[in-house]
Amino acid sequence: MSPFRRSKSGDVARERLRVVLMQDRISLAPQLMERMKEDLVDVISRYVDVDRGKIEVEWRRADGEPALVANIPVRSVRRSVASDDRASNRAL
Amino acid sequence: MGESLVITSGKGGVGKTTATANIGAALAMMNQKVVLVDADIGLRNLDVVMGLENRIVYDLVDVVEGFCKLKQALIKDKRVEGLHLLPAAQTREKTAVTPEQMKNLVGQLKEEFDYVIVDCPAGIEQGFRNAVAGADRAIVITTPDVSSVRDADRVIGLLESSGFERPLLIVNRIKPKMVDRGDMMDIGDILDVLAIDLVGVVPEDEAILVSTNRGEPAVFNGSSRAGQAFRNIARRLRGEEVPFMNLAEVQGLWGRLRKFVGLE
Ligand SMILES: Nc1ncnc2c1ncn2[C@@H]1O[C@H](COP(=O)(O)OP(=O)(O)OP(=O)(O)O)[C@@H](O)[C@H]1O
Ligand SMILES: [Mg+2]
Repeated sequence: MSPFRRSKSGDVARERLRVVLMQDRISLAPQLMERMKEDLVDVISRYVDVDRGKIEVEWRRADGEPALVANIPVRSVRRSVASDDRASNRAL
Repeated sequence: MGESLVITSGKGGVGKTTATANIGAALAMMNQKVVLVDADIGLRNLDVVMGLENRIVYDLVDVVEGFCKLKQALIKDKRVEGLHLLPAAQTREKTAVTPEQMKNLVGQLKEEFDYVIVDCPAGIEQGFRNAVAGADRAIVITTPDVSSVRDADRVIGLLESSGFERPLLIVNRIKPKMVDRGDMMDIGDILDVLAIDLVGVVPEDEAILVSTNRGEPAVFNGSSRAGQAFRNIARRLRGEEVPFMNLAEVQGLWGRLRKFVGLE
């Protein structure tokens, strides 16, 4: 890496801190992850039939940025969804 | 009835003991009755920083275990009226005292003193729980580096979950020149992530080391910049509005503060 393109170490520190705190805070609150999973499944189930037991949500790093990656196996798609885009409203 | 404060950090060596000694001495210079409590049982330091190590007869554990009266263990600082120290035991463990006993002790001291300032040990185990047990307010101190701020975040979380509503923040050992050239996080960066109220910014200052060598808190030294910063913190704790010393050190702070207020 060219020395001219290196960012200031203060900026690097700030960015690393931001990321590490996000991960610390979420991992200190496992219930939070569980609740988020439940909510995700609830929303997605309005459109497709998912396997609640097999859902996975985890932290990954994408281009250095922390990202939440969800893997939600779909069992089937409801026929009504294709023809009715108000399915979500009805489900509510 | 006085007020009790605990000075804590999570990470070790960031300036808890230095801050306790200096803020306490500064409050006493403002005619307050102050007692400093060294809760770092087994690793006592506050006595040395204060220059009172030769006058210890009894310590905190002796008081808790009933070997002496509370009054007998208090050391009166002769340099400034109203300043006292309750030293930690050096040869005991953190577990020699329980949070309940500390709460009791601090409660008794509050009846006698305007300010009870507890110097917390590093870490988040029993020593921490003891130190915060009797405190009305908590001050978290950090240095401007990633690991210290990270530990401060953890401690703030623990404080908030044990009922401290708004811990206050001190950023210690700021080097304005490094901040200026972009090689140190500035106050705004740290406040952004920790999102608590700032009570002081203390610059890196050789006078701190000199004063620790001599056992004379830096606030006694009129020309020390760190001493000035600690005197300002004492005034802010008393409710005075004191502008931050060097605006360059807190650049961007005002904008961010406004943002915090706007978000609330
Ligand atoms: N503003 C400052 N400028 C220069 N040196 C400092 C400053 N603040 C603290 N120090 C130095 O840093 C060292 C650690 O300070 P101190 O003992 O107060 O930290 P601590 O948080 O109480 O440590 P511990 O976790 O071990 O109890 C000491 O040598 C002290 O002199
Ligand atoms: Mg200490």
